[in-house]
Amino acid sequence: MESYFWLLSLLDSTLRLAAPLLLAALAGFYSERAGVVDIGLEGKMLMAAFAAATTAAFTGSALAGLLAAIGASLAMALLHGFACITHRGNQVVSGVALNIVAMGLTAVLGNAWFEMGGRTPNLPAAARFGEVTLPLAETLRNVPVLGSLYYELISGHNVLVYLALVLVPVTGWIAYRTRFGLRLRAVGENPAAVDTAGISVPALRYQAVLIAGLLCGIAGAYLSTAQGAGFQNNMTAGKGYLALAALILGKWKPVPTLAACLLFAAADALQTRLQGVVMPGIGEVPVQLIEALPYLLTVLLLAGFVGKAIPPKASGRPYVKER
Amino acid sequence: MNFFRRAACAAALSLSVVAGATGAESEKTFAPAIVFDMGGRFDKSFNEGANQGAERFKADTGVNFRWFEITNEAQREQFLRRLAARNAKVIVAVGFSMAPSVEKVAKEYPEVRFTLIDGFVDLPNVQSVEFAEHEGSYLVGVLAALASKTGTVGFVGGMDIPLIRRFVCGYEQGVKATRPDAKIISNMAGSTPAAWADPTRGSELAKSQMDRGADVIFAAAGQTGLGVLQAAADAGKQGIGVDSNQNHLFPGHVLTSMIKRVDVAAYNAFKGVMDGTWKPGHQRLGLTEEGVGWALDENNRPLITPEMLAAVTKASDEIKAGTRRVVNYSDAGNCNY
Repeated sequence: MESYFWLLSLLDSTLRLAAPLLLAALAGFYSERAGVVDIGLEGKMLMAAFAAATTAAFTGSALAGLLAAIGASLAMALLHGFACITHRGNQVVSGVALNIVAMGLTAVLGNAWFEMGGRTPNLPAAARFGEVTLPLAETLRNVPVLGSLYYELISGHNVLVYLALVLVPVTGWIAYRTRFGLRLRAVGENPAAVDTAGISVPALRYQAVLIAGLLCGIAGAYLSTAQGAGFQNNMTAGKGYLALAALILGKWKPVPTLAACLLFAAADALQTRLQGVVMPGIGEVPVQLIEALPYLLTVLLLAGFVGKAIPPKASGRPYVKER
Repeated sequence: MNFFRRAACAAALSLSVVAGATGAESEKTFAPAIVFDMGGRFDKSFNEGANQGAERFKADTGVNFRWFEITNEAQREQFLRRLAARNAKVIVAVGFSMAPSVEKVAKEYPEVRFTLIDGFVDLPNVQSVEFAEHEGSYLVGVLAALASKTGTVGFVGGMDIPLIRRFVCGYEQGVKATRPDAKIISNMAGSTPAAWADPTRGSELAKSQMDRGADVIFAAAGQTGLGVLQAAADAGKQGIGVDSNQNHLFPGHVLTSMIKRVDVAAYNAFKGVMDGTWKPGHQRLGLTEEGVGWALDENNRPLITPEMLAAVTKASDEIKAGTRRVVNYSDAGNCNY
């Protein structure tokens, strides 16, 4: 029974850690399926996290923080679009530039406004997204196995976690069942064909990049106002790149991407729980080895366990109408 | 166009004049300096303690101090050397990670005095101040054991280093001495200096400990500890702060704080050099020297019952008198007691 609860708490923590990865990976999905490489997920999330924490600190409202985060992230996305869609710049360079700008700007502004070494003030409960107890969770709690599963694992997350999970089927539906989705995928594979059909390639790509901005905004707000209670320097700590890895591992498809995000998050959650645990035969596992677990896993999986990951054909190439 | 150019020139000129003036001014007068570690000057914990000492010195004497905040490893030596080269009379280096850099720079600038907090360097111009964290941790361990309803208490450390092992070891002894059947769950946030500045990770560790039954969690992890205290407060459990008095952060949910008087060390270093009483060598400040202790103020008074107060006072007196021995992890190399 104890190991059952141990597993539940592990899965619970996995969901919490997977949410920001998932939101960012889905952002990457829209952008890359439309043919715009998005290295700047990290920077957009960081900027959004800062905007959310700052706004929430001043207004005391988590929702205002979320809106500010989306605004900040959309602005960065537009900049990315302007550089690589309108001016056909190199998409990787523009993305890296955005990351550097976000890292520097958040640290400088944070220090100037709050003088707390780049942190923002700790947010009170009202300025954060609290945990939501789903209906019937308390009543069903005592039902064996399923009741505790529902109470511990499914219920009791903040609203952004549920939003992230719901967005997976929604994204699948948009990408594979709607006209917009068809055009989105086409513009990433063969923009010339889309252009021939009389549809504007830049307009489609701008839409995709803006959706990516929106999702990164939510991911950033999650980090600073739902999972954490304030902003710290470089608080994304590589989550944007990890999301990109999950997207590649998931072969640019929503559901496999979800699986990859959950896998990374589970490795992270396991890492905190394996510390100091004595393994039969080896003794206590060294902290360093456990810390390396998610990265080892990534390398191993990317090194060939998942088969070939083929990116959208036109990804990374600016579209030039006439040569 | 011409007008703009002239205006720009004038602005640049006046700026450089101002900069030159302040530069000359600070070199003439007594110039103490302090270098903070990765957690940052306002980490509400270790570095902030040092900052409070420096600020108090500034308020008392009106002498301003220079400060730097490390944001990556390469800067330690760079900042220390720059301060030494710019005629700082005394440089306080905050944190054990500074030790190798202090050793190097102190050899190059034998006329500059260095005070290293939390580390030990054996040089004629270095003062090393260490604390008996195991004694303070023992006391908060006693309080944690008495405050816990579940009989399970937690510990979250920052970086996995002997210094933090000293905290865990003292804490463990305090808990076990008070409640031999108690269970202690301990976690380290990481094995790199980044482990001091990751509150999200801190709250994740705290949540995992609370899932396993812990209801009082001691955080010795700089900024990472803020996440621990936050998670404990959110769950209606209790946290224990560290280094500075952190009771005010989440009133009613911070049982107490293990205080390390880093502020006194920083203040004394500046004041000592100013008055000419500064001495190199090694100091260890424990309960007797009031270098460590536990915090009691209006924020946590309702949480401390008379029994807890009696138990912790007794333990404290016995440690000071030498009748109760607390094993120091750093001296013993292990935590057998």
